[in-house]
Amino acid sequence: MTRRLLDSRNLSILATLGLFVVMFGAGSTAFTGFFSFQNFLNLFIDNAYLLIIAVGMTFVIISGGIDLSVGSMLGLATMISASLVEKSHLNPLLVILIVLLNGTVLGFLMGCLIHFFDLPPFIITLAGLYLGRGLCYVVSIDTIAISDSFFEQAAHIQIPILGGAFLSPSAVIALVVAALGAWVLRYTRFGRTVYAMGGNEQSALLMGLPVGRTKIAIYALSGFCSALAGVVFTFYTLSGYALDGKGMELDAIATVVIGGTLLTGGVGNAFGTVVGVLVYGTIQVLIVFQGTLNSWWTRIVIGFLVFVFCLLQRVFEARKGTTVVRSVSREPTAVAGGNA
Amino acid sequence: MPDEAPVLEMRKISKVFPGVKALSGVDFRLLRGEVHAIMGQNGAGKSTLVKVLTGVHEQDSGEILLEGKAIRPSSPLAAQKLGISTVYQEVNLCSNLSVAENILIGRQPMKLGRIDWKELNRRAEEALKRLNVEIDVTLSLSSYSIAIQQMVAIARVLDVSSKILILDEPTSSLDEAEVARLFELIRKLRDQGLAILFITHFLDQTYAISDRITVLQNGLFCGEYRTAELPKLELIAKMLGKELSEFSYATEHAARKKEATTERKAPDLLRVRHLGLRGSIAPFDLELGEGEVLGLAGLLGSGRTEMAKLIFGIDSADQGEVEVKGKKANIGSPRAAMKFGMGFCSEDRKNEGVFGELTVRENIVLALQVRRGMLKSIPYAKQLEIADELIASLKIKTPSAENVAFQLSGGNLQKVMLARWLATHPTVLILDEPTRGIDVGAKLEIMELILNLSKQGMGVIFISSEFEEVARCSGRIAVLKDHAKIGELSGQDVDERKIVRTIAEGG
Amino acid sequence: MASVRSLMRSRLVWPLTALACLFLFNFFFTPNFFQMEVKDGHLYGNLIDIIKNAAPIMLIAIGLTLVIATHGIDISVGSVVAISAGVVAIMLGGDLAGQARFPLPVAIGAALLVSTAAGVWNGLLVSRIGLQPIIATLILFVAGRGIAMVFTNAMVIWLYVKPFAIWGQGYLFGLPFSLYVVAVLLALTALVTRRSAIGLFIEAVGINPTAARFSGINAKNMLLGVYAFTGFCAGVSGLVVCSTVMSADGNNAGNLFELDAILAVVLGGTSLNGGKFYLFGSMIGALIIQTLTTTIYAFNVPPEISQVVKALVVYAISLLQSEKFRARVAGVFARGRAAA
Repeated sequence: MTRRLLDSRNLSILATLGLFVVMFGAGSTAFTGFFSFQNFLNLFIDNAYLLIIAVGMTFVIISGGIDLSVGSMLGLATMISASLVEKSHLNPLLVILIVLLNGTVLGFLMGCLIHFFDLPPFIITLAGLYLGRGLCYVVSIDTIAISDSFFEQAAHIQIPILGGAFLSPSAVIALVVAALGAWVLRYTRFGRTVYAMGGNEQSALLMGLPVGRTKIAIYALSGFCSALAGVVFTFYTLSGYALDGKGMELDAIATVVIGGTLLTGGVGNAFGTVVGVLVYGTIQVLIVFQGTLNSWWTRIVIGFLVFVFCLLQRVFEARKGTTVVRSVSREPTAVAGGNA
Repeated sequence: MPDEAPVLEMRKISKVFPGVKALSGVDFRLLRGEVHAIMGQNGAGKSTLVKVLTGVHEQDSGEILLEGKAIRPSSPLAAQKLGISTVYQEVNLCSNLSVAENILIGRQPMKLGRIDWKELNRRAEEALKRLNVEIDVTLSLSSYSIAIQQMVAIARVLDVSSKILILDEPTSSLDEAEVARLFELIRKLRDQGLAILFITHFLDQTYAISDRITVLQNGLFCGEYRTAELPKLELIAKMLGKELSEFSYATEHAARKKEATTERKAPDLLRVRHLGLRGSIAPFDLELGEGEVLGLAGLLGSGRTEMAKLIFGIDSADQGEVEVKGKKANIGSPRAAMKFGMGFCSEDRKNEGVFGELTVRENIVLALQVRRGMLKSIPYAKQLEIADELIASLKIKTPSAENVAFQLSGGNLQKVMLARWLATHPTVLILDEPTRGIDVGAKLEIMELILNLSKQGMGVIFISSEFEEVARCSGRIAVLKDHAKIGELSGQDVDERKIVRTIAEGG
Repeated sequence: MASVRSLMRSRLVWPLTALACLFLFNFFFTPNFFQMEVKDGHLYGNLIDIIKNAAPIMLIAIGLTLVIATHGIDISVGSVVAISAGVVAIMLGGDLAGQARFPLPVAIGAALLVSTAAGVWNGLLVSRIGLQPIIATLILFVAGRGIAMVFTNAMVIWLYVKPFAIWGQGYLFGLPFSLYVVAVLLALTALVTRRSAIGLFIEAVGINPTAARFSGINAKNMLLGVYAFTGFCAGVSGLVVCSTVMSADGNNAGNLFELDAILAVVLGGTSLNGGKFYLFGSMIGALIIQTLTTTIYAFNVPPEISQVVKALVVYAISLLQSEKFRARVAGVFARGRAAA
């Protein structure tokens, strides 16, 4: 049992969990009013959109790729939602469907470019970031406020949990997505193929796994998650703003890395990502409670944590370097630009 | 073993690549319940033959019969579906997944729409039990040694049900005990009726495990023999493409050697004591005198390149020491080796030598430039002069020094690399297969060049798979076998025959 | 020397042609595109605007060209621009009377020091720890903007120190001062990389790092150097950016500079796979991007839309650089020819 616990895969999640407990605990002792069940649930309410994006990103990163377009795709989703609901007066449910479809299709197209033409994911999705942001402005340069009743209800409904504490519909959606993601990664052949690809894409191909299909599906999934996160975001802000989601891809990548997923691929899980989001949210809350610190300190702390986790991952990799197969040349991973 | 109908027959297989006849009318057959080894030197065609069988390449002519039926595998996956499974040296599995998952991924047992992990683990354990391996299948593959990982790879392919198991260089990363364990398994599988194709360059292992041997030489089929009936000496001869009696004596050469032994020993340029690296080459001693040509002779995979890389600082030794011109030298990197006046011309010119997108001139002056330092650029005119001189003296076929390197043919690229190191005027020059891929005329030129360099006082370590070349150029020869130096020949013993005998008997 | 120049010339033909096409298009379709007038002793006009706006990207592209030549990438440049602008703004401060808190050279020196340090950080992660460039520079990308915002205390800092304005707004002999900054940095870099063997070594490391090592090149130090230099270039760019608007906005300074710079380098002929690099080509690439943006603007299309165009250009170039794509297209043509 101890050996299983110390298996590197689990060690990382334990570290992240420990980090969260320490942070939440530190906040609770330092600030009155910090420690409450509602405050814990607020982490999910306030960061529901991030959790959804991060789940999609988890799939992508485990497979050895990266998706830098998620932030602007979220923005695009908010813009299209707001525009269709307020300006075209379409049924909100229909609008949500259109938005989800749009995100999925864009992700699908990027996945196709990446797979069929062997193009580096970071370039294709970075261009996707530009594309998405530009399309946001095509929809509208100004902010579009949403006054539709469906959206307003979604923004204000409180789902009671225990003794007075509540969750928002967005938070519930996010938790459902996370649970589904975890289930797919663990219990479906598709999910296991994602891990295999991240571990060694060549081997996965030789073992007969449907690498191409899976790769395209992963990016489509990430696009879907970005769109869903955008919808959830509009519940939160009740508006569509072209700069929505700016920089969010990095937050997502950061939470995924802190959650224990290796940026080189092959290792990670959705539960770790959830904890990563909790850590992210806690840092923000801590800074707010602290009062004097600039909220941008979140960025710095997150960046620092990403560094620490990357370093630890690298140390682990170096230690594990058992076999010396000298004749094998270095293969560039899907996250291009490799030189070490 | 009764001669039953072969489970696999390859008839008159031919395959041509641009400029190279990889296989010419090669026959091969595999019987059920036997371990069959394919032996041959570099370029003999064994890897091409296996690639044709496993669907990586398609043959130009000839046919493949599996259990009497003609097949034409279009990809490794297709070959696997037909029952031809391969386990490679690199163990093509996913080390981040668990052992159990590696065995069953793609065919995971499902229950109620989800993967049944319990059943998966159980089936994996069973598959491994059949190979006498009992380990915790839930741990990640990377927590186990390469030897175990190989067993897992074998378990995977056998679980899919195979008629033929191909093991491609399975023992390169294993230690003695692990090799013994693997051989036990192979024998067990053979006795169960599996047909096993065993590819290795380790001579002794071939004799330990195989029942029959097929020899290929230069793309041609040389013969199929029962291992027990083929003496080592004869096998080596066939691999080199000669008859036993043909091994040259080079009498003129012998006379020259007689002179050399009466001369006083030249001052040492290089002295190596107990230099070794675990997993790469066993600790060895070496001495190189001024103006001497030391040959490293051995079959493919005997460790010659490993030895050279250790001396030049590319790999870091874990024991031993090096002395250059009498002074202790700490050679921890190629740069350090170059400071001591060494040069190293790699055998893998594509991955370790040539800069395809740079011009011929740039390729040639690079090492010299490194020695001069980053800031003091060699004036362009001088660069051109150096390059043109070497292009002329080595007869490199290129329209000009400004042509981009990847436009040159393989043989000319080899010369460019040689030129690079010659430009640095080294005191010790290590040449790893400098004559590979070069036509006969050019080969002689290079050998002349080596002899001239040594006359000028340069110490040369000359590695070549062609024993005749090594014997012709070298004053002394270190013989290597199975990643260790097993002997040294000097004086009159420097000839092909003696090399072959040393390999066959020594070790 | 003549043959080397002719080689360079041949690679520069493509980007020059692209630029010429853009100018031609504007010549026919944009009224007054080439019009220039002299006002206040210097030139005014669309062309001048293009140069001024392209200058910050050109500065970054100089360093980035070398990084990409080593088969690496640096996506933190935008954040470093923000940091540099922040540092110089704080140090100059400047009350409304124009009195600086620190002397101008000191402030500038500090900004450049900090930016170079950021570059060294990236270089150490790549060369010593062995992180992949995209991951290594991702960290500063995330944290860098936070650091900039902390420096500026999340406020836009305004500068009133008149002498500083020359960097981004000044003119020398009628041409923008920033053009001279670019020219000097470009000339120095070209001189150093081509007159010494540094350029050759950089290319060698990018083409075949193993062969480079076997030839005695210290690949690790080369990598450290190019990333540090890129940090410096981003620092200079930050000075120009800050000076142009006489303010430092930690959130928006250097926004999306990284993709523009990468695109400029790629358009200029340097391959993302490393190897031969073309400094002048990168400059032309930056001009192409800026001309594109200006052209779009001249047609009264909102400038943000240019992002969509940029994204599509990236996709087009990626496809053209993809072997698989070229093979497919060639295949289609071959079949067509065979059928004909």
